[in-house]
Amino acid sequence: MDLPDKDAPLPDTLSSAGKDETLHAYREMLRIRRFEESAARAYTRGKISGFLHLYIGQEAIAIGTNLAMREGDRIVATYRDHGFALAQGCDANACMAELYGKRDGLVGGVGGSMHFFDRDKGMWGGYAIVGNHVPVATGHAFASKYLEDGKVTLCFLGDGAVGIGPTHEGMTLAGLWDLPVVFVVENNRYSMGTPLERTLPVDEITARAPGYGLEGDRFQVTDPFQVRERIGAAIERARSESQPTLVEILTYRFRGHSMSDPAKYRGKGELEAFRATDPLERVARALVEVHGFGEDELEALDEEIIEEMDAAMDFADESPEPDLDHRFANILLDEDPEPPAANPESSQENA
Amino acid sequence: MPTLQIREAIRDAIREEMLRDERVFVMGEEVGHYQGAYKCTQGLLDEFGAKRVVDTPITETGFAGVGIGAAMAGLRPIIEFMTFNFSAVAFDQILNNAAKIHHMTGGQFYAPMVFRGPNAAAHMLGSTHSQAFDGIYAHIPGLKVVAVATPYDAKGLLKSAIRDPNPVIFFESELMYARRGEVPDDEYLIPIGEADIKRAGDDVTVITWGQSVPTSLEAAELAAEDGLSLEIIDLRSLRPMDTDAIIKSVKKTNRAVIAYHGWPYGGVGAELVDRIQRLAFDWLDAPVARVCYEDVPFAYAENLEHASIPQPEDIHAAARKVAYRD
Repeated sequence: MDLPDKDAPLPDTLSSAGKDETLHAYREMLRIRRFEESAARAYTRGKISGFLHLYIGQEAIAIGTNLAMREGDRIVATYRDHGFALAQGCDANACMAELYGKRDGLVGGVGGSMHFFDRDKGMWGGYAIVGNHVPVATGHAFASKYLEDGKVTLCFLGDGAVGIGPTHEGMTLAGLWDLPVVFVVENNRYSMGTPLERTLPVDEITARAPGYGLEGDRFQVTDPFQVRERIGAAIERARSESQPTLVEILTYRFRGHSMSDPAKYRGKGELEAFRATDPLERVARALVEVHGFGEDELEALDEEIIEEMDAAMDFADESPEPDLDHRFANILLDEDPEPPAANPESSQENA
Repeated sequence: MPTLQIREAIRDAIREEMLRDERVFVMGEEVGHYQGAYKCTQGLLDEFGAKRVVDTPITETGFAGVGIGAAMAGLRPIIEFMTFNFSAVAFDQILNNAAKIHHMTGGQFYAPMVFRGPNAAAHMLGSTHSQAFDGIYAHIPGLKVVAVATPYDAKGLLKSAIRDPNPVIFFESELMYARRGEVPDDEYLIPIGEADIKRAGDDVTVITWGQSVPTSLEAAELAAEDGLSLEIIDLRSLRPMDTDAIIKSVKKTNRAVIAYHGWPYGGVGAELVDRIQRLAFDWLDAPVARVCYEDVPFAYAENLEHASIPQPEDIHAAARKVAYRD
C-alpha cells in the first residue's frame, strides 16, 4: 500500500491514540472501503441495480462516531448508509446480500442500498428522501426524553439536505424542545453534482445553528479519534444536558454521487489533493510511524479484509431470492407486538 | 344514555386511551393551551400536562415526522392536523415514512399512530381549505383510513385507531363537531374495517361516509316521500373496505349510489364502483351512480361552493335515476 504525503504531521488526536484502538479503527475503516469497492465491482457486473451511493473517503466519520456512542444510541442516516451499518457492526454478508436484493439481506431484500436498518445494532436507517429523516430522528429523541431512557440519537445528513423544509422543521423542534439529538452534516462539498457555493447562501452550515437553538461545531475531518472527541462532546451534551447540537464535518467523497455519476464537475487537481489527505491513509501512517507496524502487516490485514468481502459477495450471490409471497409481508400488523403495560381495569379489552 | 357532541366523543376517546396507556400523547397546533382549534382536546393539558399534550409551532412536516420517529421508538402518538388540508405539507412524512417504515425495514420497525383532524369542505373557505383527502390517503398501502359521522362511531373508532399498531388516518369534519348523539358510558370499541347500516332500505343502496352520511340520511327522507326506500351504508373505514357489507346490500337492492365529499376522478368512489361491478355485475339493474364534488377547485362564493357539494336533493335525484323513476 502506498503511503502518500509522508511529510504532513499526524494530528495529535491520531498520534496520541493507543496501538490497539488505532488498529481497530484502521481495520473498521478499511472494511468499509473494501466493502464499497466490492459493491462497485458487483454493480458493474450487474449484480446490483438501482442507486448505489458509496462512502469511500468518509469512513473516519462513521467509525469515529461509533467509537463515541454507547449501547442503545441510534444512528439515523441518509441513503449513503453502508458505512454506518458496517461501523455499527452489521453483518457484511447481510449488507452485501441486501445490495443484491436477496432473502438474507439486512431487511430481507426489500430495501436495497438506500434502506439499511438493523435495530439491534443501533442502525435506525437508511432514509432515501433527502431531509425527511431529520424530523423522524427528532422524534426518536423526543421519545428518549419522554421515556427518560438516556439514549442519544445521531442524525446524519449531507450538505445537500440543509436547504429542504423537513431539515429546517426537525431542527427547529429539536432546539425548541431541548431534545437529546446530534445532527451531523457530512459536508462533502457537493449536492450530487452542484458545489456548495451554488446551494448554500452562507459560507458555513453551522451559521444556522443559533437560529435553531442548537450548539454548533464545525471541523475538517482528520481522523476517527478527532471525530470521536468532537462528536463525543455533542453526545455528552445531549445525554447529560438534553441539549441538541449541529455538527458540520468537512469531508470529501472520492467517488461520484452514485454509480452513474462520473463526477466530471470536480475542479482540476481537487480529487488528488483530497486523496493525499485521505483519513484512511493517515491512520495507516500512524500504525507505521507511531506504532511500528510493517507494511507487510498492513498488507496482510488488507488481504484478510478483501477475503472477507469476497466471501460476502459469494454469500450474496448464493443467497436465494426472496420468496414471491414476501412482497405481501410487513405492510400492516395484525396486532401490537408491544401492548401497553397491564392495567387490571381494562386488560380484557382488545382492539 | 348521555348525548355528546362529536368533539366531546373525540376528546373522551383520547382521554381514556391516555389513561389506559402512558405511551399515548397528543401533539399538534393549539392542542394544549388553546384547548384545540375545534376543542377536541379541551381539558387535556390540565389533566395530563405539557409532556403528553404537546403544542407545536406551525411545522406539519416537522411534527408529523416527530410523531413517526416517536412511534418507532415506542410511543403511541396522536397527531392532530388543524385540517387535513395542512397535511399536504406533511404528505411526504405520511407517504414515505409512516406508510413505509414497517415494510422497508423488513418488519423491524412499525409506526403505531393516528393522524387525525377535519377533512373535506367546510363553509366558504376557498380552494386550499376545502379539500377531501380520502382518495389520496386511501390510495396508499401501509395506511388505514377511517371517516366518522356520529359521536358513537367517533369514540369507538378513535379508540381502536389509537390501539391499532399501524398508522391510521382519521377523518373528522369541521361542520360536524357539534353534532350530537348517544354515547354509552361503558367502554366500547368499534373495529376498523366494518361498515354500518345507518338506515335500512330495499330499493337503492347508498354507500357514503363522513359529511355525506347526514346528507344521505336527509336524501332518504326525501326519497321515502315518493315511495323509494334507500339503504344508507356508512362505510366508516375507507381502507380496509368492508366489501362484503356493500355487496350484500347491492345484491338485495340491485342498485347503488355512492355519495361522498371528494372529487370524482379516481378515488374511493371509483374504487367502490370497480368492486361493485366486479363482484355484483349480474345483480345490477342500473349503472352505479356517483354523487360527489364537481371536478373543480372550490370557490369561496357561497352559491358556487354550494353547487359543487353533494346535497340531499342530488342524492335523491341519483337514487331516482338508478331506480328508473324519472
